[in-house]
Amino acid sequence: MTRECAALLPGVCAALADPRQPGLDDTCLEKLLDWFRSLTWFDPTVELVQDNPCLTELITSVLALPEPSPSILSFTLQLAGILASSENRFQHLQQEKLLGRLFGRAGPVGGALWEDPSVRSGWVKGVHSMVHHLPALHFLCSAGVMDVIFTLQGDPSLFVASAASQLLVHVLTFSVESETSKPLSTKDCDWPACAQMILKHIEESLQSSCASHIEHSLKLLTSLFGSCYAAWTEVLWLNIAKQIESFLMEETVQAQHMLANLLLNVARSPVFSDTEGSFWALVTSALEHLTPVQAGPLAVGLLRLCKCPQDVRIQALTVLLQPMDCILRAASQPLEYAGLLDESVTDPVTVESLLSSKTSCAGLLCQTLAHLEKLLSLKHLRVDLPCVSLLRSLITILQFCNGFLTPTSPLGSTISRNLINCFRVQKSALDVLAALSEKKGCDTLIRSLFDVLLAYLESPNTSPTVLKKAFQATSKWLACLQELSCSNSQCQQTEKILEDVFLVLQKRLCSPCWEVRDSSLEFLTAMIKCLRDQDGFRQSLLSSEVPRLAENLLEDPESYVRASAVTAVGHLAFITYLAAESPVAGNQYNKENTVAKLQEILSTDSEGFPRRAVISIFTKWLREGCTGQLEDTEQFVSRVIQTVEHDLDWEVRLGGLELVEVFCSKTICQLGLSECPYAPESSAVTSSTQQNLLQVFCRAKLFGFLFQSLCDCDKPVGQRACDVLIGLRGNFYPISTLENPQEIEDSPAGCGIAWLQRTLRQGSLAQNFPTDGGNGVDFQDPESMMVALGAIDLLELHDELNKSSDHVEESPQSLLQDILATVGTIEENEVDCY
Amino acid sequence: FFQYCLSGHPTLPCNVLKFKSTTIMLDCGLDMTSTLNFLPLPLVQSPRLSKLPGWVLKDGSTFLDKELKECSGHVFVDSVPEFCLPETELLDLSTVDVILISNYHCMMALPYITEYTGFTGTVYATEPTVQIGRLLMEELVNSIERVPKAQSASMWKNKEVQRLLPAPLKDAVEVSMWRKCYTMPEVNAALSKIQLVGYSQKIELFGAVQVTPLSSGYALGSSNWIIQSHYEKVSYVSGSSLLTTHPQPMDQASLKNSDVLILTGLTQIPTANPDGMVGEFCSNLAMTVRNGGNVLVPCYPSGVIYDLLECLYQYIDSAGLSSVPFYFISPVANSSLEFSQIFAEWLCHNKQTKVYLPEPPFPHAELIQTNKLKHYPSIHGDFSNDFKQPCVVFTGHPSLRFGDVVHFMELWGKSSLNTVIFTEPDFSYLDALAPYQPLAMKCVYCPIDTRLNFIQVSKLLKEVQPLHVVCPEQYTQPPPTQSHRTDLMVDCQPPAMSYRRAEVLSLPYKRRYEKIEIMPDLADSLVPLEIKPGISLATVSAVLHTKDNKHVLQLPPKPSQPPASKKRKRVSDDVPECKSLKPLLSGSIPVEQFVQTLEKHGFSDVKVEDTAKGHIVLLQEAETLIQLEEDSTHIICDNDEPLRVKLRDLVLKFLQKF
Repeated sequence: MTRECAALLPGVCAALADPRQPGLDDTCLEKLLDWFRSLTWFDPTVELVQDNPCLTELITSVLALPEPSPSILSFTLQLAGILASSENRFQHLQQEKLLGRLFGRAGPVGGALWEDPSVRSGWVKGVHSMVHHLPALHFLCSAGVMDVIFTLQGDPSLFVASAASQLLVHVLTFSVESETSKPLSTKDCDWPACAQMILKHIEESLQSSCASHIEHSLKLLTSLFGSCYAAWTEVLWLNIAKQIESFLMEETVQAQHMLANLLLNVARSPVFSDTEGSFWALVTSALEHLTPVQAGPLAVGLLRLCKCPQDVRIQALTVLLQPMDCILRAASQPLEYAGLLDESVTDPVTVESLLSSKTSCAGLLCQTLAHLEKLLSLKHLRVDLPCVSLLRSLITILQFCNGFLTPTSPLGSTISRNLINCFRVQKSALDVLAALSEKKGCDTLIRSLFDVLLAYLESPNTSPTVLKKAFQATSKWLACLQELSCSNSQCQQTEKILEDVFLVLQKRLCSPCWEVRDSSLEFLTAMIKCLRDQDGFRQSLLSSEVPRLAENLLEDPESYVRASAVTAVGHLAFITYLAAESPVAGNQYNKENTVAKLQEILSTDSEGFPRRAVISIFTKWLREGCTGQLEDTEQFVSRVIQTVEHDLDWEVRLGGLELVEVFCSKTICQLGLSECPYAPESSAVTSSTQQNLLQVFCRAKLFGFLFQSLCDCDKPVGQRACDVLIGLRGNFYPISTLENPQEIEDSPAGCGIAWLQRTLRQGSLAQNFPTDGGNGVDFQDPESMMVALGAIDLLELHDELNKSSDHVEESPQSLLQDILATVGTIEENEVDCY
Repeated sequence: FFQYCLSGHPTLPCNVLKFKSTTIMLDCGLDMTSTLNFLPLPLVQSPRLSKLPGWVLKDGSTFLDKELKECSGHVFVDSVPEFCLPETELLDLSTVDVILISNYHCMMALPYITEYTGFTGTVYATEPTVQIGRLLMEELVNSIERVPKAQSASMWKNKEVQRLLPAPLKDAVEVSMWRKCYTMPEVNAALSKIQLVGYSQKIELFGAVQVTPLSSGYALGSSNWIIQSHYEKVSYVSGSSLLTTHPQPMDQASLKNSDVLILTGLTQIPTANPDGMVGEFCSNLAMTVRNGGNVLVPCYPSGVIYDLLECLYQYIDSAGLSSVPFYFISPVANSSLEFSQIFAEWLCHNKQTKVYLPEPPFPHAELIQTNKLKHYPSIHGDFSNDFKQPCVVFTGHPSLRFGDVVHFMELWGKSSLNTVIFTEPDFSYLDALAPYQPLAMKCVYCPIDTRLNFIQVSKLLKEVQPLHVVCPEQYTQPPPTQSHRTDLMVDCQPPAMSYRRAEVLSLPYKRRYEKIEIMPDLADSLVPLEIKPGISLATVSAVLHTKDNKHVLQLPPKPSQPPASKKRKRVSDDVPECKSLKPLLSGSIPVEQFVQTLEKHGFSDVKVEDTAKGHIVLLQEAETLIQLEEDSTHIICDNDEPLRVKLRDLVLKFLQKF
């Protein structure tokens, strides 16, 4: 603790204990506790409490208050816990007889203030902080504190209940790990006393007939197995396994819904890595006996485990696939397809009845689909997914949802009735469909897949959000389609599909609903991104109306649509005229025209999104080297910089800096310098190349923009500009000089640079940064800029910019001062009163 | 209570309800799908249509070739189009007391009913319904009368001949009932019988029944009707909408507590969501115009067109269509656009508030002002001077059989750049297009039907909970083309009663109570007597006076005194005389005490038998029986009046008199 803080602390403590002061706001108290935590964390000595007696006085006086405010009492409990976290300080507080009065039966427990949840929460947190040494543990067991904690497990405040459960886990773990010397066995007597109390409590609760008691213990066990992987947990498990198993079988006890998480946490624990154990038999039994909705999370969790018996994995997968299998069977003619599964884990009737009910059908399917999507996103799935059948089932669900399928079975009719126009299921199914595109072997179903997707894209009943998902799935599958198409017939099929897609896209681009126009443009961009190298795609695209319609949307009244149109047109440009070989004869797309349009949007659009889109497209063009020769590019960049430097949107200015960065590295490469500032300098790099480089940058008016950005009122802009300048400097000065900037010569140029230094020190407070040389700095003069790069301490600027804006206010000293100031105003008011 | 079902068309209903002593016709829709069997009436001589070959029977007979023409494999009647009328034979329509109209589409058969059946009653409808209904009729009459057709085909209607014709003519029903269009004088005569009503206005019919129109949210002035007496309530729901379009929202609350809810006029396209269709309409319109093509929208002169114009008003600038002219051609175009702006009280809240600004409620006023929307009575005259392509034309009739639309079909049908967009759901677009085949023009079907769909119906029924639902048979099964869509039918408990054309339905409830009023002076004279705690009774002696289905109890006249003057008494004063009244008895007779009393009075041989309903007291010597039952006591003795009186008085001792 600094001296300043130590001086302020007594005043603060006195203020906190003063019942007349109005409640300080909770964040202040929390910050104060954080500070004490950081002070005690690495310091077990008693000094803190000895040197600052005001702390114990604070506790004493709060305890002496007849009616302390709940927040101060809660604060005091937590503070005492933090202070008592080391054995030395614990003893000190014990000598003062404070801990019993705080946490024991004599304390607030059961008193009037105990009704306030913040007091109970403070009490639990205080105890939790305290229990880091054996004396504290013994204090718990002797002072009757454990019973209080057990009761708090069922607290009406969920925060308190959860904290109590966490506390028990912590106490149990700490007790076992600090009080035993040899490995534990299943016999009671081997457990230390405190652990034994908790275990007895757990076992009794599990055997009780009270659902809430069972629930509390299951929660406790779940978090215990989730956080503690010590060998003794196996012993504990063996004690309770029978009881857990009975919960699966007995329907009288409503505990099933808690079991999936518990079993999953146990399964994750390395202690149970032996795949032979009885534990896995219990997991298998759980997969059988839990309802599909309860078993789903367990199944998906098991499939993500690295070590899990293969037969359990297969069973878990079966649980997840069962609803999909049921859909397939319900929809198909008898014997048409065999379904997804050879045999099911649980009775198919359960799944069928869930799918037959209007209320549970969509829920079960959405949950299943979400799980399947998760599985598909896994890099290493250790079981084979039946992708073709899964795809067929997804197609069926989507057909049910838009009423295109005529079911032949009564179950099919019911499911169809439940699913028609169900947007939730449509969205989830399309998500899985998109994820499935990355799997191989689904070629046979391509045509029917696209039939369904096109039906969704085409139908006026498709809601805008579903349409967006349909577009996403379509673009993913189109990418696969291109990989597939090699034979003639496949080529024709692909051509037909693309033709249909562009036809429907054309219509959607004209939609009166802006969300639809927006997602149509995003779809177009996505398609170009992955298919722009495919001849067939380019031909189909350019022979459709789509490019023209997309360009029209640059003038859309909705800014989001304009932004998406900018991105789409920017990507289209790669195909129309930026490509090395322009593929289509009679190209009606004019480069100058498009560039001019985008520049106009950049300089005149009233909304930020389209302008941001333009600057990022320009950067993309530049990065891909599509802006022509160096001279052209130089002019282009210069024009763009002049447009964006005064933009009101900081993201546009930031985009401008990114463009500058790309331009710099491109130019440096072209002029033969190494892009990497750390690369050994080749002898070929002469000062004339550097001179050239500086001239190019000055002509493009980079420096004015960069230095001005250092003073930008939006911090990310300043940071980025600083990074760019540091990078640039490396091309002109050795890295070693970075930390020791040059002295400024006494010359007219030097005078300007000195001004620049001063201005930059003011940071964003600098007013009216002139870039026209008005203050003796000519930002277009290569010599001056060379001097500026050498003289300005960019590293210091960098550090300054990286400090968070409230770094001054964050210090403990300022916190204490703030508290005192708040209290001070009260005192002043008092004086006023008299 | 009976319902006579005169129309089989679920959205163009015509039902007659016998409710208490009144006969009420609910709507009189005109089924115009019959016109699809006829050739279009071109405004300008059409070489293509006039050159169509006559139809020849399989055996080579050509006797029908003047009446029937063949076009691309379809056979059409070459005659003035005819309409299928509601049944007129099922009951004597001259007995109909009133006709209730729910919206302007459901009154198109009105002249046939009021002018041909001896109808002498009153028609009730809201003002916008009448005004716009008049416009629809006027447009219909105008488009048919301005293309006079020399011949009128009737030979094909002969039952023997009809059997030989190809479908759909062969299967056309009730062809003998098909009639030519009415004339303007008939329209005027029919409309003169209408009495205007406002929403929630209560109209008394003969004192027996009260009818009330409620907003139905479907069209300007469209209504559902409540038909109720004091103890019975029938709701008639016809053409309602829960979507936010231009009309006042639907009044659902007033439909609660109905004994019977008659449900008609649901959406004809349950699978199409109107929002999606409007989007589809706009997209196709924009695509066509951008490619240099023209767009033709066959439509009615009122209704959805207002919403479409409003949607286009917001859309055309964003879609870069500001320079494209929109034409609205109809003999009533001007009136329709102007009427829509003046019916403020019938509009939705948003539009109503605009009127106070003051601004026109519909934005088509601005479209007209800025010359983006132009309207003409017909293609002749000014239109031909102003006409610029590419353009968008709204014109009638949606059947494509008459009206200016026929001209545009002939004009634009040959180019694939042009598009015809069907927005009205009343006609099958493929049938409508049949006489124009082969057609190069693109056809887009975007039926916009804002009426209730089945999900909304099921919510509505849950909300208002009628005891019974009656609906056309079409609503009780999935649509024939989508038999698996069991979600597309009315689903309620108990299942809805269905009806079809020419069926008489006995409605499933009985009259149980009648309301009677007691005059204040009579009420004053009553002396209630408490029988049980909380229940008091009084005897009422009065004269029941019934007039105009209203029942009133009045004081009985004083005992008649000799006339004071020699003037002759008026007949109406001659009220029946009242006899002196015997008191009413109540209470029960305790058997044991009764027997004791009998014994006290000298009856020694009393014997009591228990029966199912009470007791029998036997006086053996006197050969007399006293039957004591819960609600009656009988003394049965042979010709011994003094004994009977004695016994009666003993019985009366145990009873209360009042």
